[in-house]
Amino acid sequence: MSSSCRVFGAGICFVITCIFCKSMANSLPELSPQKYFDTLQPGKASLAYFCQTGSPSTSVFLEELKEAVKPLQDYGISVAKVNCVKEETSRYCGKEKDSMKAYLFRGNILLREFPTDTLFDVNAIVAHVLFALLFNEVKYVTTPEDLQNVENALKGKENIIFSYVRAIGIPEHRAVMEAAFVYGTMYQFVLTTEIAVLESIGSEDIEYAHVYFFHCKLVLDLTQQCQRTLMEQPLSTLNIHLFIKTMKAPLLTEVTEDPQQVSTVHLQLGLPLVFIVGRQATYEADRTTAEWVARRLLGKAGVLLLLRDSLEVNIPQHANVVLKRADKGAPLEFLVLHDVELIVSRVENTAHGGEIGENENDAAEEADIDTQDDEVAETVYRDRKRKLPLQLTVELTEETFNTTVTASDSMVLFYAGWQAVSMAFLQSYVDVAVKLEGTPTVLLARINCADWSDVCTKQNVTEFPVVKLYKAGRNPVSYAGMLGTEALLKFIQLNRISCPVTVMSVREAEEYLSGEFREDLASSAGVSVLGLFSPVMTAAKEYFSEAGKYLQGYVITGIYSEEDVSILSNKYAATLPALLLARHKEGRIESIPVAGSRTQDLVQIITDALLETFERKKTPVGRGILQAYFDPVPPLPVLVLVNLHAGGQVFAFPSDQTITEPNLILWLKKLEAGLENHITILPAQEWRPPLPAYDFLNMMDAASQHPTRKVPECTKEIEVQENDKEQHEDRSATRKEPAETLRIKHWNRNNWFKAAKKSLRHDKEL
Amino acid sequence: MGLSAAAPLWGPPGLLLTIALHVALSAPPATPLAPRPQDYCVLGAGPAGLQMAYFLQRAGRDYAVFERAAGPGSFFKRYPRHHKLISINKRFTGKVNAEFNLRHDWNSLLSHDPRLLFRHYSRTYFPDAHDMVRYLGDFADRLGLHVLYNTTITHVTLDRDRQAWNGHYFILTDQKGQAYQCSVLLVATGLSVPNQVNFPGSEYVEGYESVSVDPEDFVGQNVLILGRGNSAFETAENILGVTNFVHMLSRSRVRLSWATHYVGDLRAINNGLLDTYQLKSLDGLLESDLKDLAILKDSEGKFHVTLKFFLEENNTNQSADSITLPQDNSDNFAMRVAYDRVIRCLGWNFDFSIFNKSLRLNSGNPLDMKYPLIRANYESRGSRGLFILGTASHSVDYRKSAGGFIHGFRYTVRAVHRLLEHRHHGITWPSTELPITQLTNSIIRRVNEASGLYQMFSVLGDVVLLKENATAFEYLEELPLLTLPQLETLTGKKAENGLFVINMEYGKNFSGPDKDVFFYDRSVGHTEDAWQSNFLHPVIYYYRQLPTEEEVRYRPPYWPLPRPTAIHHILEDFLTDWTAPVGHILPLRRFLENCLDTDLRSFYAESCFLFTLTHQKLPPFCQQGYLKMQGLASTESLRQHGVESRLLRDYAAMGRHPKASSQEPGDHGPVSAPLAPGSPVQSLDSNKEEL
Repeated sequence: MSSSCRVFGAGICFVITCIFCKSMANSLPELSPQKYFDTLQPGKASLAYFCQTGSPSTSVFLEELKEAVKPLQDYGISVAKVNCVKEETSRYCGKEKDSMKAYLFRGNILLREFPTDTLFDVNAIVAHVLFALLFNEVKYVTTPEDLQNVENALKGKENIIFSYVRAIGIPEHRAVMEAAFVYGTMYQFVLTTEIAVLESIGSEDIEYAHVYFFHCKLVLDLTQQCQRTLMEQPLSTLNIHLFIKTMKAPLLTEVTEDPQQVSTVHLQLGLPLVFIVGRQATYEADRTTAEWVARRLLGKAGVLLLLRDSLEVNIPQHANVVLKRADKGAPLEFLVLHDVELIVSRVENTAHGGEIGENENDAAEEADIDTQDDEVAETVYRDRKRKLPLQLTVELTEETFNTTVTASDSMVLFYAGWQAVSMAFLQSYVDVAVKLEGTPTVLLARINCADWSDVCTKQNVTEFPVVKLYKAGRNPVSYAGMLGTEALLKFIQLNRISCPVTVMSVREAEEYLSGEFREDLASSAGVSVLGLFSPVMTAAKEYFSEAGKYLQGYVITGIYSEEDVSILSNKYAATLPALLLARHKEGRIESIPVAGSRTQDLVQIITDALLETFERKKTPVGRGILQAYFDPVPPLPVLVLVNLHAGGQVFAFPSDQTITEPNLILWLKKLEAGLENHITILPAQEWRPPLPAYDFLNMMDAASQHPTRKVPECTKEIEVQENDKEQHEDRSATRKEPAETLRIKHWNRNNWFKAAKKSLRHDKEL
Repeated sequence: MGLSAAAPLWGPPGLLLTIALHVALSAPPATPLAPRPQDYCVLGAGPAGLQMAYFLQRAGRDYAVFERAAGPGSFFKRYPRHHKLISINKRFTGKVNAEFNLRHDWNSLLSHDPRLLFRHYSRTYFPDAHDMVRYLGDFADRLGLHVLYNTTITHVTLDRDRQAWNGHYFILTDQKGQAYQCSVLLVATGLSVPNQVNFPGSEYVEGYESVSVDPEDFVGQNVLILGRGNSAFETAENILGVTNFVHMLSRSRVRLSWATHYVGDLRAINNGLLDTYQLKSLDGLLESDLKDLAILKDSEGKFHVTLKFFLEENNTNQSADSITLPQDNSDNFAMRVAYDRVIRCLGWNFDFSIFNKSLRLNSGNPLDMKYPLIRANYESRGSRGLFILGTASHSVDYRKSAGGFIHGFRYTVRAVHRLLEHRHHGITWPSTELPITQLTNSIIRRVNEASGLYQMFSVLGDVVLLKENATAFEYLEELPLLTLPQLETLTGKKAENGLFVINMEYGKNFSGPDKDVFFYDRSVGHTEDAWQSNFLHPVIYYYRQLPTEEEVRYRPPYWPLPRPTAIHHILEDFLTDWTAPVGHILPLRRFLENCLDTDLRSFYAESCFLFTLTHQKLPPFCQQGYLKMQGLASTESLRQHGVESRLLRDYAAMGRHPKASSQEPGDHGPVSAPLAPGSPVQSLDSNKEEL
């Protein structure tokens, strides 16, 4: 509990910090030289741009500098623009307008001066400033020998993070510097822009930035080279961070738990876990193998050693490797692999599914179009092979329909075999049949409208599922309740008596209200309604009768209109005509005057009364709801008030108060007066399409512009990013047709949208 | 071959067919009998006439059918000459859905009586024409249709009258001089005039309608057949085994129905001659325009083919033997052999002769009198209130769909009847109104069972009219697609909030007489390639507003409808069963969702409950079900699958292992709770970014 509180606290702090940052973000303080030097604090870094008043040529730089204010602030570096007014000249104020420079101070000591053209954009500013500040943490090397020297010096002591970037000041450089800012004290960072250095460590692909992890700490023999792991993801701050985190994890972990329960940093980073299954007897050899695998898979997977003997869970006899993918819900894979290389290649092949990178996110989104996201459709599909005890319900056909429903009281489910909702409900329907088996109440029948379309149409069934009750001498009634076992059972039970029941005496009425009348039914009904009328109120009685018939199956209604009705009306303080509502579970009886109410009004009154009991059930979903309100979920009980109709604010009853009536009333009063703050506001978004659709019109247009008879393999290639295209040139050559997706409201905005999203994501990384 | 090379040398087109209109004009209005008034007059008690009579009868309308023969379907007593119908009588489909089964029943008319299905009348796949006569007789009798048999309408004219429904009455006169005054005239007389081509020597040619059907009469003969339709091949098929050879001559190349996907083209059942031609067994096919030919009879009574050009060159009075033959110049001319018989099988034309000029009923093309000119609603262009039904109405979809055949026009007749019900009786086009959550279901149901959509593909289509805010819709079945611009006036429905049109189509570039329809990879199997589907498959068009007349007229070539706002193809299916949850239904749902800008998924009550308390707004499924206390409860087994699929969250387990769940990646934030991959909030967010 205490730990989660701490998390909560941190959350708040975080939010506050951000708000603070945000307010500062866009403002670049403009100070006079004197004022500026007054603000400098010992040990704190500060970047200042000195400029002459009213020099327009530097506005582009100033824009970039403004951009850099926030990221630099995150590293504790303040930024200012210093206006060189005539009265206060400073030696930093250049003599000519075009030789203005930016200066980096720590305290009031000048660290570095930057000509503005080296600080060409926000990335360059951040990169240069951090580079200057982290002079010791990041060694800049220009020759392979330099690198070799650093490596030799650190063997057995410290690991190295070596990176190559094409130039100083580009985004990759910034990413490396940002990583160095965080990890600089733990690892030696080495940076180069020289291709020769990169080539010296055997890298072939020199076009892009590279990050290597040199495992020098493990090296004991100084003649031995440090093992190296290449980061395979694109160079970004986030990826470096994740990469380092995996490097930090122990090379090999021994576990004795069920692999299903094991979780390490690797899984969180989207990397798979490889369990090498060994035995106590061959422990040494197994461990050596596992270490070997672990070295090979550094940065690609977590490797664990699992001893079969020490485990309670059963692992298939033959399996020697267990692979656990990062995506949750994926089953464990039990493998038989007798070669380390096989294990490595297996992991490398599966890794593509779990990599964290920008491409992967897009791929995932793309795949989703074809992935079922309708919970009913998906669950019904997954359950399709389960045999239901369908024989408990009578399957009707065109020939048997009429004879069956006229021969006995029957309930008919109209469904369509291909329609998920009706197939989901069929399960509940069969459950009802199971529960009612042997109790001859009503015949449970069903008809598949996919086969007997005409029958369904004749019965006025145009949607699925529909349940109708056929009783001799009455029009069929459509069931309008919850599509579930309990509700339908109740409907069947309550239909065994026809309502409203005519109550003959005061004693009978009392029995009726106490639930003793037809006890079995009353308990499943929960509420019984008794209409009280004086014998002369014929119209009112008629209306009530109609309402009772209408509500047949949902509530038990009774009517009492004998001469001595006043005994009851007096007892329950009711003014005739009135309804008495007996809530059996609470043993409570309330009265509602219904003078002047017609059938429709009565139905409404009774339905509203029933609604009060609606959803007062225990449901595990409650936890999900509370998660939406609180983070983390506080200990129960929790009292929450949700304003669903206006605004969607959620208010929580203060957790330090006990839930007592006076406290509650006070709280509610405060709420009414607007004195309480809401804990959250429910999102008011519309329910938009969860995913786009294929834009076939667009594809047809594209095809008619470049007519080809048939594209052999039209594959998904939503990504139409020019920049990335080159990297995938060979791949896209075989995939000609871009499968565009469709969002009607936003024609032709896909590309724009992708670009925007990309840049957004980029922002998040910084 | 040699002959086609000579083809360009034709002379000026002469007066080819002067249809005997004067015959009709000269018929005297015999008696002064007062015309009998009738709301609807149907000409002809063939399949189309009886079908219309059925609908009029069911609607309780005042109507009469006029039939010159003593019983219905007299055409089938004589035709096809060899009595084999090429409309399939598929009695078994493995399905019990009556509507679906009509997709493969090409002979039955529509009725409510299941006994009146053709499969009860014949066990043969290609049934005998006499069974059709028997069937039509039963159809008229059992349903008690008002047919005046032995009544030949000899003359139809127009009587202007402001009181009349259409501003005029149609006055029909029968052979006895009895006149009938009709408010609406429904012409279902079919095509009854054999098509003849005039060329020198055409008098030697025997017609399909009268040629012998006894193979004995052809033993050891050389036979030339003019024409290349089913009647020509049917005739050839009958005599193939006894002749020396059969040559078939026509203007254009053979059109095989399995390549053109048009049932009126040459059907495989008749195409035995293609085999023998390609296997060089003396029979053969030739292409040439008949108008350039001449047929000469020599002294032995044998026939020679020559060019009209040679005849004109020479003096017409010369004896046949001295006229130049093509082989005189080109000694390997293909048709240099002499024929014993020449048979004409050139199809049929509409009989325009009984219609007075004032009706302005014409074909629109004096060179082609096959069909009368009609509008998309089957009404004559010349007179309001005059509709053409059945085979004669095939101009609308000639060589495209099935409107010229029973299995097609039974639906177009129904469409015409529905239009009339609205025009004259204020009964709007039948429709069902449903909540938007039922939209995907309604479409899936129809594309899987509807027979009218299937048979009359690209001519009749279903229309979904959206209600305000797209919370509900009205579903209209089988509207003539090209009447879409007039939908509101024709059906009495409003289309103010956008509409979907559901059509069935073959691939755009798939069908044609010269197309290889068996090419490798002819069918596609991936949802993203659905637009390239070749075989008949459902296509859904979305329009923000009704297309205009202009848009329909200038629609892109080969498009059945104007360019929509968005289009969806449901992936073609080998079994024509479009109910695959992911392959068919899911992409359709996504399309509809994106057109309507809403979320059409279904949810269990639990999820709806969660949304109710965590969102200000609910998805339509919860609004229309759960909020009305009609939510869908899940069962234990379904819930488990839901958790496994990660579409439902396991709240119970969450309670037990709070830590495990907090580590779950992609599970941040309270709002993305129950639906991992496509959680609504996630999509909402992405949508926002896009805006």
